[in-house]
Amino acid sequence: MSHIPTASQTVGPFFNFGLTTDADLGNLVGSEMKDERIRLTFRVTDGEGAPAPGDAMIEIWQADSAGRYAHPLDLPAEAGRFHGFGRLETDLNGRCTFETIRPGRVAAPSGNLQAPHISVLVFARGLLKHLHTRVYFAGDPANAHDPVLALVPEERRATLLAKQCGDPAAWSFDIVLQGAGETVFFDV
Amino acid sequence: MTEYPRPRPGTQPVNRQEAYGSSHRRAPRQPLIALPHTLSELTGPLYGHNPIGESDNDLTRHFSDAPQGERIIVAGRIFDEDGRGVPHALVEIWQANSAGRYRHAGDNHPAPLDPNFLGAGRVVADAEGNYRFTSIKPGAYPWRNHHNAWRPAHIHFSLFGSGLLSRLVTQMYFPGDPLIPLDPILNGIPDIDARQRLISGFDTSLTEPEWALGYRFDIVLRGRRATPFEETAR
Repeated sequence: MSHIPTASQTVGPFFNFGLTTDADLGNLVGSEMKDERIRLTFRVTDGEGAPAPGDAMIEIWQADSAGRYAHPLDLPAEAGRFHGFGRLETDLNGRCTFETIRPGRVAAPSGNLQAPHISVLVFARGLLKHLHTRVYFAGDPANAHDPVLALVPEERRATLLAKQCGDPAAWSFDIVLQGAGETVFFDV
Repeated sequence: MTEYPRPRPGTQPVNRQEAYGSSHRRAPRQPLIALPHTLSELTGPLYGHNPIGESDNDLTRHFSDAPQGERIIVAGRIFDEDGRGVPHALVEIWQANSAGRYRHAGDNHPAPLDPNFLGAGRVVADAEGNYRFTSIKPGAYPWRNHHNAWRPAHIHFSLFGSGLLSRLVTQMYFPGDPLIPLDPILNGIPDIDARQRLISGFDTSLTEPEWALGYRFDIVLRGRRATPFEETAR
Protein backbone atom coordinates (compact mmCIF):
# COMPACT_ATOMS: atom_id res chain seq x y z
CA MET A 1 0.00 0.00 0.00
CA SER A 2 1.43 3.34 -0.99
CA HIS A 3 0.40 6.58 0.68
CA ILE A 4 0.73 9.96 -1.04
CA PRO A 5 3.07 12.24 0.93
CA THR A 6 1.39 15.21 2.61
CA ALA A 7 1.57 18.37 0.50
CA SER A 8 3.90 21.23 1.35
CA GLN A 9 2.67 24.74 2.23
CA THR A 10 4.65 27.94 2.60
CA VAL A 11 6.49 28.67 5.83
CA GLY A 12 4.92 32.15 5.58
CA PRO A 13 6.42 35.38 6.90
CA PHE A 14 5.88 34.76 10.64
CA PHE A 15 7.82 31.56 11.38
CA ASN A 16 10.48 33.24 13.51
CA PHE A 17 8.97 32.67 16.95
CA GLY A 18 8.31 29.03 16.09
CA LEU A 19 11.41 27.91 14.22
CA THR A 20 14.39 30.23 14.52
CA THR A 21 14.61 31.43 18.10
CA ASP A 22 17.74 29.36 18.78
CA ALA A 23 20.74 31.20 17.30
CA ASP A 24 22.96 28.28 18.34
CA LEU A 25 21.63 26.44 15.30
CA GLY A 26 23.96 28.65 13.29
CA ASN A 27 27.03 27.08 14.88
CA LEU A 28 27.85 23.52 13.84
CA VAL A 29 31.52 23.52 14.72
CA GLY A 30 32.77 20.37 16.39
CA SER A 31 35.69 19.98 18.70
CA GLU A 32 38.07 18.19 16.38
CA MET A 33 41.16 20.30 15.71
CA LYS A 34 41.85 18.75 12.32
CA ASP A 35 38.62 20.17 10.89
CA GLU A 36 38.91 23.18 8.60
CA ARG A 37 36.59 25.77 10.11
CA ILE A 38 34.65 27.98 7.75
CA ARG A 39 32.17 30.83 7.97
CA LEU A 40 29.52 30.44 5.30
CA THR A 41 27.32 33.44 4.54
CA PHE A 42 24.14 33.12 2.48
CA ARG A 43 22.32 36.01 0.87
CA VAL A 44 18.78 35.46 -0.43
CA THR A 45 17.45 37.81 -3.13
CA ASP A 46 14.33 37.82 -5.30
CA GLY A 47 13.73 38.40 -9.01
CA GLU A 48 14.26 42.15 -8.61
CA GLY A 49 17.43 41.77 -6.60
CA ALA A 50 15.70 42.69 -3.33
CA PRO A 51 16.91 40.80 -0.24
CA ALA A 52 14.51 38.53 1.69
CA PRO A 53 14.25 40.63 4.87
CA GLY A 54 13.84 38.19 7.74
CA ASP A 55 11.25 36.12 5.92
CA ALA A 56 13.45 33.34 4.56
CA MET A 57 14.96 30.43 6.46
CA ILE A 58 18.02 28.44 5.47
CA GLU A 59 18.69 24.91 6.65
CA ILE A 60 21.99 23.18 5.93
CA TRP A 61 22.92 19.51 6.16
CA GLN A 62 26.46 18.28 5.69
CA ALA A 63 28.98 15.54 6.28
CA ASP A 64 31.93 15.82 8.66
CA SER A 65 35.49 16.43 7.50
CA ALA A 66 35.84 12.73 6.68
CA GLY A 67 32.76 12.84 4.43
CA ARG A 68 30.54 10.93 6.84
CA TYR A 69 27.00 11.80 7.90
CA ALA A 70 25.70 11.55 11.48
CA HIS A 71 22.83 9.29 10.42
CA PRO A 72 22.13 5.56 10.80
CA LEU A 73 22.54 5.01 7.04
CA ASP A 74 26.16 6.14 7.41
CA LEU A 75 27.51 6.46 10.94
CA PRO A 76 25.73 5.36 14.12
CA ALA A 77 24.77 8.08 16.57
CA GLU A 78 27.50 8.95 19.03
CA ALA A 79 27.63 11.65 21.66
CA GLY A 80 29.82 14.56 20.68
CA ARG A 81 29.92 13.64 17.00
CA PHE A 82 29.59 16.42 14.42
CA HIS A 83 25.80 16.57 13.91
CA GLY A 84 25.81 18.38 10.56
CA PHE A 85 22.59 20.39 10.81
CA GLY A 86 22.09 24.14 10.91
CA ARG A 87 19.12 26.48 10.63
CA LEU A 88 18.95 30.28 10.55
CA GLU A 89 16.57 33.00 9.42
CA THR A 90 17.81 35.73 7.10
CA ASP A 91 18.42 39.17 8.58
CA LEU A 92 16.96 42.41 7.19
CA ASN A 93 19.60 42.32 4.43
CA GLY A 94 18.68 38.79 3.42
CA ARG A 95 21.83 37.35 5.00
CA CYS A 96 22.70 34.66 7.50
CA THR A 97 26.06 33.17 8.47
CA PHE A 98 26.82 29.65 9.66
CA GLU A 99 29.95 28.72 11.58
CA THR A 100 30.81 25.25 10.38
CA ILE A 101 33.56 23.08 8.91
CA ARG A 102 34.48 22.22 5.38
CA PRO A 103 32.95 18.81 4.69
CA GLY A 104 34.88 15.87 3.27
CA ARG A 105 34.02 13.91 0.15
CA VAL A 106 30.90 11.76 0.34
CA ALA A 107 30.42 8.51 -1.56
CA ALA A 108 28.48 8.70 -4.84
CA PRO A 109 26.10 5.90 -5.88
CA SER A 110 28.62 4.87 -8.55
CA GLY A 111 31.18 4.07 -5.87
CA ASN A 112 33.24 7.15 -6.69
CA LEU A 113 33.36 10.21 -4.46
CA GLN A 114 31.36 13.40 -4.71
CA ALA A 115 33.10 16.77 -4.38
CA PRO A 116 32.74 18.41 -0.96
CA HIS A 117 29.29 19.99 -0.73
CA ILE A 118 26.62 21.14 1.70
CA SER A 119 22.91 20.47 1.10
CA VAL A 120 20.73 23.58 1.46
CA LEU A 121 16.97 23.93 1.92
CA VAL A 122 15.41 27.35 1.34
CA PHE A 123 12.07 28.18 2.98
CA ALA A 124 10.42 31.58 2.49
CA ARG A 125 7.25 33.56 2.24
CA GLY A 126 6.28 33.17 -1.39
CA LEU A 127 7.55 29.59 -1.72
CA LEU A 128 4.77 27.03 -1.41
CA LYS A 129 7.41 24.30 -1.40
CA HIS A 130 10.94 24.70 -0.11
CA LEU A 131 13.83 24.75 -2.58
CA HIS A 132 16.73 22.31 -2.53
CA THR A 133 20.23 23.25 -3.65
CA ARG A 134 23.88 22.48 -2.91
CA VAL A 135 26.89 24.57 -1.97
CA TYR A 136 30.18 23.53 -3.58
CA PHE A 137 33.49 25.28 -2.97
CA ALA A 138 35.04 27.31 -5.78
CA GLY A 139 38.51 26.14 -6.67
CA ASP A 140 38.14 22.61 -5.33
CA PRO A 141 39.75 20.30 -7.91
CA ALA A 142 37.16 17.59 -7.10
CA ASN A 143 34.42 19.77 -8.63
CA ALA A 144 35.58 18.80 -12.11
CA HIS A 145 34.58 15.18 -11.50
CA ASP A 146 31.47 15.62 -9.37
CA PRO A 147 28.54 13.58 -10.73
CA VAL A 148 25.90 16.12 -9.65
CA LEU A 149 27.68 19.19 -11.00
CA ALA A 150 28.02 17.27 -14.26
CA LEU A 151 24.20 17.23 -14.54
CA VAL A 152 24.06 21.03 -14.43
CA PRO A 153 24.47 22.98 -17.70
CA GLU A 154 27.98 24.39 -17.68
CA GLU A 155 26.84 28.02 -17.87
CA ARG A 156 24.82 27.61 -14.65
CA ARG A 157 27.36 25.66 -12.57
CA ALA A 158 28.91 28.78 -11.06
CA THR A 159 25.65 29.45 -9.21
CA LEU A 160 26.45 26.43 -7.04
CA LEU A 161 29.95 27.59 -6.06
CA ALA A 162 30.57 29.40 -2.80
CA LYS A 163 33.23 32.06 -3.20
CA GLN A 164 36.01 32.84 -0.81
CA CYS A 165 35.78 36.43 0.35
CA GLY A 166 39.00 37.93 1.71
CA ASP A 167 39.60 35.87 4.82
CA PRO A 168 40.38 32.29 3.67
CA ALA A 169 37.83 30.91 6.16
CA ALA A 170 35.01 33.17 4.90
CA TRP A 171 32.80 31.90 2.08
CA SER A 172 29.72 33.46 0.53
CA PHE A 173 26.89 31.88 -1.40
CA ASP A 174 24.18 33.90 -3.14
CA ILE A 175 20.74 32.34 -3.37
CA VAL A 176 19.12 34.11 -6.31
CA LEU A 177 15.53 32.90 -6.29
CA GLN A 178 14.67 34.18 -9.74
CA GLY A 179 16.00 35.99 -12.79
CA ALA A 180 19.55 36.75 -13.93
CA GLY A 181 22.01 34.41 -12.25
CA GLU A 182 19.18 32.32 -10.80
CA THR A 183 20.60 29.65 -8.52
CA VAL A 184 20.27 26.07 -9.68
CA PHE A 185 17.58 24.29 -7.66
CA PHE A 186 17.04 20.56 -7.75
CA ASP A 187 14.03 18.37 -8.29
CA VAL A 188 14.47 15.79 -5.56
CA MET B 1 20.38 2.04 -1.04
CA THR B 2 17.16 2.79 -2.90
CA GLU B 3 15.94 6.13 -4.15
CA TYR B 4 12.73 7.56 -2.73
CA PRO B 5 9.78 7.55 -5.14
CA ARG B 6 9.23 10.98 -6.72
CA PRO B 7 5.96 12.69 -5.72
CA ARG B 8 3.08 12.04 -8.08
CA PRO B 9 2.48 15.12 -10.28
CA GLY B 10 -0.14 17.47 -8.82
CA THR B 11 0.16 16.21 -5.25
CA GLN B 12 2.68 18.91 -4.28
CA PRO B 13 2.23 22.64 -4.96
CA VAL B 14 3.96 24.34 -7.85
CA ASN B 15 5.89 27.41 -6.74
CA ARG B 16 4.84 29.66 -9.64
CA GLN B 17 1.30 30.70 -8.76
CA GLU B 18 -0.51 33.58 -10.42
CA ALA B 19 -2.99 33.79 -7.52
CA TYR B 20 -0.31 33.95 -4.80
CA GLY B 21 1.30 37.39 -5.05
CA SER B 22 4.37 36.64 -2.93
CA SER B 23 5.41 33.93 -5.39
CA HIS B 24 5.71 36.33 -8.33
CA ARG B 25 9.22 37.55 -7.56
CA ARG B 26 10.36 34.53 -5.57
CA ALA B 27 9.43 31.40 -7.51
CA PRO B 28 12.33 30.21 -9.69
CA ARG B 29 11.77 30.46 -13.45
CA GLN B 30 14.37 27.96 -14.56
CA PRO B 31 13.41 24.29 -14.61
CA LEU B 32 14.53 22.26 -11.58
CA ILE B 33 17.33 19.79 -12.32
CA ALA B 34 16.64 16.17 -11.36
CA LEU B 35 18.99 15.16 -8.57
CA PRO B 36 19.82 11.49 -8.10
CA HIS B 37 19.39 10.48 -4.46
CA THR B 38 22.81 10.06 -2.90
CA LEU B 39 23.82 9.62 0.71
CA SER B 40 23.56 13.42 1.02
CA GLU B 41 19.80 13.30 0.36
CA LEU B 42 18.93 9.96 1.96
CA THR B 43 20.49 10.91 5.28
CA GLY B 44 19.19 13.90 7.20
CA PRO B 45 19.18 15.64 10.54
CA LEU B 46 17.83 13.64 13.43
CA TYR B 47 15.69 15.49 15.89
CA GLY B 48 18.30 16.14 18.54
CA HIS B 49 19.01 19.76 17.63
CA ASN B 50 16.90 21.24 20.42
CA PRO B 51 16.02 19.80 23.79
CA ILE B 52 12.27 19.35 24.14
CA GLY B 53 10.61 20.60 27.32
CA GLU B 54 7.90 18.62 29.07
CA SER B 55 5.12 21.14 28.36
CA ASP B 56 6.35 22.19 24.91
CA ASN B 57 3.37 20.40 23.32
CA ASP B 58 0.80 22.24 25.44
CA LEU B 59 0.51 25.79 24.10
CA THR B 60 -2.06 26.66 26.77
CA ARG B 61 0.49 26.17 29.56
CA HIS B 62 3.34 28.44 28.50
CA PHE B 63 2.27 31.16 30.93
CA SER B 64 0.75 31.03 34.39
CA ASP B 65 -2.68 32.04 33.08
CA ALA B 66 -4.62 30.33 30.29
CA PRO B 67 -4.86 31.95 26.86
CA GLN B 68 -8.15 33.25 25.42
CA GLY B 69 -9.91 31.08 22.90
CA GLU B 70 -11.41 27.72 22.16
CA ARG B 71 -9.22 24.97 23.65
CA ILE B 72 -8.36 22.21 21.16
CA ILE B 73 -6.40 18.98 20.97
CA VAL B 74 -4.59 18.29 17.71
CA ALA B 75 -3.24 14.78 17.35
CA GLY B 76 -2.41 12.25 14.69
CA ARG B 77 0.04 9.74 13.35
CA ILE B 78 3.08 10.37 11.18
CA PHE B 79 3.80 7.59 8.73
CA ASP B 80 5.80 6.92 5.58
CA GLU B 81 4.63 5.97 2.10
CA ASP B 82 4.49 2.32 3.16
CA GLY B 83 2.17 3.19 6.05
CA ARG B 84 4.78 2.57 8.73
CA GLY B 85 4.94 4.98 11.62
CA VAL B 86 7.91 7.35 11.58
CA PRO B 87 9.31 6.86 15.08
CA HIS B 88 10.45 9.86 17.10
CA ALA B 89 9.81 12.40 14.33
CA LEU B 90 10.26 15.99 15.50
CA VAL B 91 7.10 18.08 15.02
CA GLU B 92 7.24 21.87 15.45
CA ILE B 93 4.12 24.03 15.19
CA TRP B 94 3.35 27.74 15.23
CA GLN B 95 0.10 29.65 14.86
CA ALA B 96 -1.85 32.88 15.35
CA ASN B 97 -3.81 33.45 18.56
CA SER B 98 -7.60 33.16 18.79
CA ALA B 99 -7.99 36.69 17.44
CA GLY B 100 -5.90 35.92 14.36
CA ARG B 101 -2.71 37.70 15.42
CA TYR B 102 0.81 36.26 15.45
CA ARG B 103 3.32 37.12 18.13
CA HIS B 104 5.67 38.52 15.50
CA ALA B 105 6.90 42.08 15.06
CA GLY B 106 5.84 42.06 11.41
CA ASP B 107 2.18 41.23 12.07
CA ASN B 108 0.26 44.52 11.90
CA HIS B 109 -3.25 43.09 12.02
CA PRO B 110 -5.14 45.31 14.51
CA ALA B 111 -6.32 42.38 16.61
CA PRO B 112 -5.27 41.97 20.24
CA LEU B 113 -2.16 40.08 21.29
CA ASP B 114 -2.78 37.61 24.10
CA PRO B 115 -0.21 37.98 26.90
CA ASN B 116 -0.82 34.32 27.75
CA PHE B 117 -0.24 32.89 24.32
CA LEU B 118 3.05 32.48 22.46
CA GLY B 119 1.71 30.19 19.74
CA ALA B 120 4.70 27.90 19.22
CA GLY B 121 5.18 24.32 20.36
CA ARG B 122 7.20 21.16 19.73
CA VAL B 123 6.94 17.48 20.37
CA VAL B 124 8.75 14.29 19.44
CA ALA B 125 6.43 11.57 18.16
CA ASP B 126 6.39 8.25 19.98
CA ALA B 127 7.85 5.01 18.61
CA GLU B 128 4.76 4.47 16.41
CA GLY B 129 4.76 8.04 15.05
CA ASN B 130 1.90 9.35 17.21
CA TYR B 131 1.97 13.00 18.29
CA ARG B 132 -0.36 15.25 20.28
CA PHE B 133 -0.67 18.97 21.00
CA THR B 134 -3.01 21.02 23.17
CA SER B 135 -3.62 24.56 21.93
CA ILE B 136 -6.36 27.05 21.19
CA LYS B 137 -8.09 27.38 17.84
CA PRO B 138 -6.33 30.08 15.80
CA GLY B 139 -8.38 32.88 14.28
CA ALA B 140 -8.63 33.76 10.60
CA TYR B 141 -6.71 36.89 9.61
CA PRO B 142 -6.54 39.32 6.71
CA TRP B 143 -3.60 39.56 4.33
CA ARG B 144 -2.87 41.76 1.35
CA ASN B 145 -2.72 39.17 -1.39
CA HIS B 146 -5.85 40.49 -3.09
CA HIS B 147 -8.87 42.63 -2.20
CA ASN B 148 -10.54 41.42 1.02
CA ALA B 149 -8.21 38.43 1.32
CA TRP B 150 -8.41 36.33 4.51
CA ARG B 151 -6.42 33.25 5.41
CA PRO B 152 -8.50 30.36 6.73
CA ALA B 153 -7.65 29.36 10.30
CA HIS B 154 -4.52 27.19 10.19
CA ILE B 155 -1.64 25.79 12.21
CA HIS B 156 1.84 25.67 10.65
CA PHE B 157 3.64 22.32 10.93
CA SER B 158 7.35 21.54 10.43
CA LEU B 159 8.52 17.92 10.42
CA PHE B 160 11.73 15.94 10.13
CA GLY B 161 11.53 12.30 9.10
CA SER B 162 14.17 9.73 8.30
CA GLY B 163 16.14 11.77 5.76
CA LEU B 164 16.52 15.15 4.09
CA LEU B 165 13.96 14.19 1.43
CA SER B 166 11.34 13.65 4.14
CA ARG B 167 11.57 17.26 5.31
CA LEU B 168 8.11 18.84 5.32
CA VAL B 169 6.70 22.25 6.18
CA THR B 170 2.94 22.47 5.77
CA GLN B 171 -0.26 23.93 7.22
CA MET B 172 -3.23 22.21 8.86
CA TYR B 173 -6.72 23.60 8.28
CA PHE B 174 -10.03 23.12 10.10
CA PRO B 175 -13.08 21.35 8.66
CA GLY B 176 -15.98 23.49 7.46
CA ASP B 177 -14.01 26.73 7.21
CA PRO B 178 -15.76 28.88 4.53
CA LEU B 179 -12.43 30.54 3.64
CA ILE B 180 -10.84 27.28 2.49
CA PRO B 181 -12.16 27.32 -1.12
CA LEU B 182 -10.90 30.92 -1.52
CA ASP B 183 -7.34 30.38 -0.26
CA PRO B 184 -4.59 30.69 -2.92
CA ILE B 185 -2.06 28.97 -0.67
CA LEU B 186 -4.09 25.79 -0.19
CA ASN B 187 -5.30 25.97 -3.79
CA GLY B 188 -1.68 26.04 -4.98
CA ILE B 189 -1.88 22.24 -4.70
CA PRO B 190 -3.45 21.04 -7.97
CA ASP B 191 -4.72 17.67 -6.72
CA ILE B 192 -8.04 18.01 -4.85
CA ASP B 193 -7.43 14.91 -2.75
CA ALA B 194 -4.00 16.21 -1.69
CA ARG B 195 -5.66 19.50 -0.70
CA GLN B 196 -8.38 17.74 1.31
CA ARG B 197 -5.75 15.89 3.31
CA LEU B 198 -4.49 19.19 4.77
CA ILE B 199 -7.92 19.68 6.39
CA SER B 200 -8.02 18.07 9.82
CA GLY B 201 -11.00 15.98 10.89
CA PHE B 202 -13.14 16.72 13.92
CA ASP B 203 -12.75 13.64 16.11
CA THR B 204 -14.99 12.82 19.07
CA SER B 205 -12.52 10.18 20.29
CA LEU B 206 -9.87 12.91 20.71
CA THR B 207 -12.38 15.34 22.21
CA GLU B 208 -12.21 15.51 25.99
CA PRO B 209 -15.53 15.97 27.80
CA GLU B 210 -15.94 19.41 29.35
CA TRP B 211 -12.40 20.32 28.31
CA ALA B 212 -11.37 20.50 24.63
CA LEU B 213 -12.44 19.70 21.06
CA GLY B 214 -10.28 17.17 19.24
CA TYR B 215 -8.98 17.36 15.66
CA ARG B 216 -7.10 14.57 13.92
CA PHE B 217 -4.34 15.38 11.45
CA ASP B 218 -2.34 12.46 10.05
CA ILE B 219 0.82 13.23 8.10
CA VAL B 220 2.60 11.19 5.44
CA LEU B 221 6.33 11.84 5.01
CA ARG B 222 8.28 10.83 1.92
CA GLY B 223 10.29 7.66 2.12
CA ARG B 224 10.04 3.94 2.35
CA ARG B 225 11.60 1.97 5.10
CA ALA B 226 11.57 -1.38 3.35
CA THR B 227 13.41 -4.07 5.27
CA PRO B 228 16.27 -5.98 3.62
CA PHE B 229 13.94 -9.00 3.35
CA GLU B 230 11.42 -7.01 1.35
CA GLU B 231 14.17 -5.58 -0.82
CA THR B 232 15.12 -9.10 -1.83
CA ALA B 233 11.54 -10.21 -2.33
CA ARG B 234 10.62 -7.27 -4.52
